Amino acid sequence: MPREMMFAEAMATAIMEEMQRDSDVVFYGQNMAMTERDPFLKHFGKNRVRITPISETAEIGAAVGAAMTGLRPIVELYMSEFMLVAFDQVINEAPRMRYMSGGQVKVPLVLKAGFGFAAGWAGQHSNCLYHTMMGIPGLRLALPSTPADAKGLLTAAIRDDNPVVYLHHYMLMLDKGPVPEGDFVVPFGVADVKREGTDVTIVATAWMVKKSLAAAEQLAKEGISAEVVDPRTLAPLDVDTIVNSVKKTGRLVLVDQAPRQSSAAAVIAGEVAEHGFHYLKAPVKIVTAMDTSVPYSEPLESYVLPNEEKIVAAVKSVVSSAMVDA
Amino acid sequence: MTVDPKALTKDRLIWMYTQMFRIREFEERVKRTFAEHPGVIRGHAHLGDGAEGAIVGALSTRNETDLVMPSYRCHGYPIVLGTPARGLMAEIYTRRDGVCKGFGGSMHLADPARYFPGTSGIIGQSIAHATGAGLTAQVKGTGQVVYCFFGDGSTKQGAFFESLNLAAIWKLPVVYVLENNQYQAYTHVSLEDANVMAGDELSKKAQAFSIPGVTVDGTDVLAVREVVATAAERARAGSGPSLVEAKFYRFSAHGNAITVPPVPTQFPEHESVEVYGNKKEFAEWKAKDPNAKFRAKLVADGTLTEEGAKKIEDAARAEMEDAVQFALNSPLPNPEEAVKYVYA
Repeated sequence: MPREMMFAEAMATAIMEEMQRDSDVVFYGQNMAMTERDPFLKHFGKNRVRITPISETAEIGAAVGAAMTGLRPIVELYMSEFMLVAFDQVINEAPRMRYMSGGQVKVPLVLKAGFGFAAGWAGQHSNCLYHTMMGIPGLRLALPSTPADAKGLLTAAIRDDNPVVYLHHYMLMLDKGPVPEGDFVVPFGVADVKREGTDVTIVATAWMVKKSLAAAEQLAKEGISAEVVDPRTLAPLDVDTIVNSVKKTGRLVLVDQAPRQSSAAAVIAGEVAEHGFHYLKAPVKIVTAMDTSVPYSEPLESYVLPNEEKIVAAVKSVVSSAMVDA
Repeated sequence: MTVDPKALTKDRLIWMYTQMFRIREFEERVKRTFAEHPGVIRGHAHLGDGAEGAIVGALSTRNETDLVMPSYRCHGYPIVLGTPARGLMAEIYTRRDGVCKGFGGSMHLADPARYFPGTSGIIGQSIAHATGAGLTAQVKGTGQVVYCFFGDGSTKQGAFFESLNLAAIWKLPVVYVLENNQYQAYTHVSLEDANVMAGDELSKKAQAFSIPGVTVDGTDVLAVREVVATAAERARAGSGPSLVEAKFYRFSAHGNAITVPPVPTQFPEHESVEVYGNKKEFAEWKAKDPNAKFRAKLVADGTLTEEGAKKIEDAARAEMEDAVQFALNSPLPNPEEAVKYVYA
């Protein structure tokens, strides 16, 4: 019997349950667990739940060392941009240790960070940087679009013996949705068809899934049946589900909140070009943010980001495209 | 070996000298490989000859389960921990019988079963890892101490400051051993450190975190031992980290020359000579060789006889010759192995 839960609550519940289940899981970050009233502190104590200074290199580096020696740290980083000051630890340390040691160590850690704020947080706090963390051998990358996926993926991330970057979209935090009760894991590398359709495949992540579903509703009224596929994890990336969807529909639109050439969409489009070329009846279309930083004022911000109208227009353009030579 | 680290018995002293000589002989053999077997060692290798006083002095205070986390200049530590020299040399020689199966090389040796979880080749970043290992020890209440070794060059990297602050506020059981060998790659410490420029020691940096900081003669293995023992005791008692600056000199250049294939690489002279033309400085430090000093002391006070010392040295030479031959004759890894170990 699934329970209606807020996205943010689903994440907190996942952490709470996993910390209960496994005493090796520790949780720390800046500006958390400041007082005795904090629920994590109350349940698990000062040893396992800690507040850190503003020291991402040490926070993430210590997580690497702790994970190598037997703990399973979750580092609360709040915003993906804050990882940038410590990017060596994210890209060049955590994912490399097992391999360089010939498999002697493992690095089970979770870097939890929000992203994609579109509420006037401006150029340095609104970015979508997942493309920098895709395709790094040894690193896993998850980004849920629903409360159920939020809980299931975070549970999977904590149980995964590899370093995981877990990105949660800020515009989804207050969304409510059904979350299965009990032990619930969403496996990595399994994309989810969020809406079935026959005329076009829309691949989207995080907040863009929500926008794509709204666009699909709009398109349905105009007789266009759109299938919405949510990869859920960008590493590993479930190319098969995406290609199978394109095989069914013959058309592909990718929606990504990042700018074009730093989008996951560009990478996924490349995969389909190689593995699904012959299923395509029209060129692929990518709907992304414009090539700007994210501006502060609302009309400026809305202008540069993807929205339902842009998605609808993109779908219509590939649906009305002339047949590609088969 | 479960020896009380506080007990400086005759056996312990002999063990210490043995490890110092073994490290030196291993490093000499690695260096000779560049001339004797060119092409066998790839990439960048860094030697710790001259660091024996700091390495063995520190590790002689270690309990059996204490963790050791050095930087990429990492050959000497597993030698002391008991990792077979064959496996270490084979790793450096790219072979599948290397301790990391040929996946890591000289900079990335690891022997987690012997409490050496691994290294980082990015200067300063392993200080953060060691800090995390201290967190594990504290959370799990294991009583372990983490021995974190790093060079003077890394103490200007943000990771150093962030890590020591974090260890200080959490009172993590870490001994931070700052191996000040006077040079960061080709740059003398006096060109880049504010403390040194002001006439202060590097250990003054400990004051930034209000933790104990002490400078010790790194060429005196017993002096290093005494200072690190105090730091280890403090860590073990739950009182938190300390900074120990051991001053000494490495006798090899920072690493083999960085060349691009097909240009062959080799081991240049020490920077003091190669870059700064300062043969006098090199000679002065060579005269303070920690191994020679310790040997002389042990023979003088009767702990070791001349024959006893020679036996230790001959055994180490034989051991490292065997390691070289083993490594030379070890097969290369199977190419298909390359896709393993990416994920756990």
